[in-house]
Amino acid sequence: MDIREQIKSYIAETFLFSDDGFEFSDDDSFLDEGIVDSMGVLEIIMFLEETFGFSVEDEEIKPENFDSVNNLYSYIQRKAPTAVSAS
Amino acid sequence: MTTKAFHPDILKLDPEKETERIVEHIRHTTFKVLRRKGGVVGVSGGIDSSVVLALAARAMKPARIVALLMPEMESSPESALMGRELCHKFNIEPLVEDMTGPLWGFGAYQRRDEAIKRLFPEYDSTYKFKITLPTDLLQERKLNFFSATIISPEGEVQTKRLPPKELRQIVAATNFKQRTRASMLYYHADLHDFAVLGTPQRNEHGQGFFVKNGDGAMDVRPIGHLYKTQVYQLAEYLGVPESIRSRPPTTDTYTAGSTQEEFFFRLPFETMDLIWYGLENDIPAAVVAEGMDLEEAQVEHVYADLLQKKRTTEYLRLPPLGLADS
Repeated sequence: MDIREQIKSYIAETFLFSDDGFEFSDDDSFLDEGIVDSMGVLEIIMFLEETFGFSVEDEEIKPENFDSVNNLYSYIQRKAPTAVSAS
Repeated sequence: MTTKAFHPDILKLDPEKETERIVEHIRHTTFKVLRRKGGVVGVSGGIDSSVVLALAARAMKPARIVALLMPEMESSPESALMGRELCHKFNIEPLVEDMTGPLWGFGAYQRRDEAIKRLFPEYDSTYKFKITLPTDLLQERKLNFFSATIISPEGEVQTKRLPPKELRQIVAATNFKQRTRASMLYYHADLHDFAVLGTPQRNEHGQGFFVKNGDGAMDVRPIGHLYKTQVYQLAEYLGVPESIRSRPPTTDTYTAGSTQEEFFFRLPFETMDLIWYGLENDIPAAVVAEGMDLEEAQVEHVYADLLQKKRTTEYLRLPPLGLADS
């Protein structure tokens, strides 16, 4: 599955409890939309580490990397370029 | 729309008038609205419960007040000493209920320690432990994620980011502390036909720094409208002992003694209160920044953090929802 779709499907299932998939745009802020809280941030970290096999450093846990589908995609691209090119 | 005025003294109170207003509120709600015969206050030795007790002492005769100290085996002994000092200052004889037994009964310590041990296998009861959020909120916008710190008997400190499963278990187990205390407060309230006078102030309520049905359980909320720095202003006026007023607010929930700033708020209260006021009153970040000698981006970081906390903790402030409410 495409990485963006993987992210959207994970967010929809874990935080939106929705059968309609991810209903926001790829740039919408997870924080501003009230999608994730502090527990949600930890869940996303775990999703990234388990799915893409890299370690998230504390200093990387900031909105520029985590706050939207596009931010997450760019972050994964930087941390695991092979995962992105293979998708 | 006109922007409200903003200056660093905006939260200065007239403590005498504010005290009169709250005392009248306590009397009216307890006796006339709730038709209870007095008030129960859980005294922690911290600033908020001290102010509530001092206000109750002005609103009611000592015989109509139950001041409960509810230590458990991990509470700081200093807290109980300060609680006693406070009660004596206001001529109220404190009642002591040791919560260790009920907490053992619930398995609170064991359930929490199981989760800590999954993260730090060497952890045992000789270690101290706390959980914290990143601080330096003004410097950089970081997301809120909790870390666990253990301190060995030799003083060796280890910190790790908490995985969600362990964080949930630690928080769920630790919340037994606030919820068993709430049960004890209501035991004494029922015993005397009294109301529970709660101790959360504005920041705790608005940002969700309380345990639902724990320290969030109460009948009257005397200081729920006050910012933390205003609670300190009242404390001074009411004669709360200096030892309590000069102590940094702690959670007194974790053995390593985390302050409320590192556990939740991420900023000193003097800074946070003014920015929280700005946010609540729709004052542009640039205006707040100018009034506080900060950069606009710093205030924006804090606005974003406060909004996130407010939004994600909304469920804590909602009453039970039934079909009749929809």
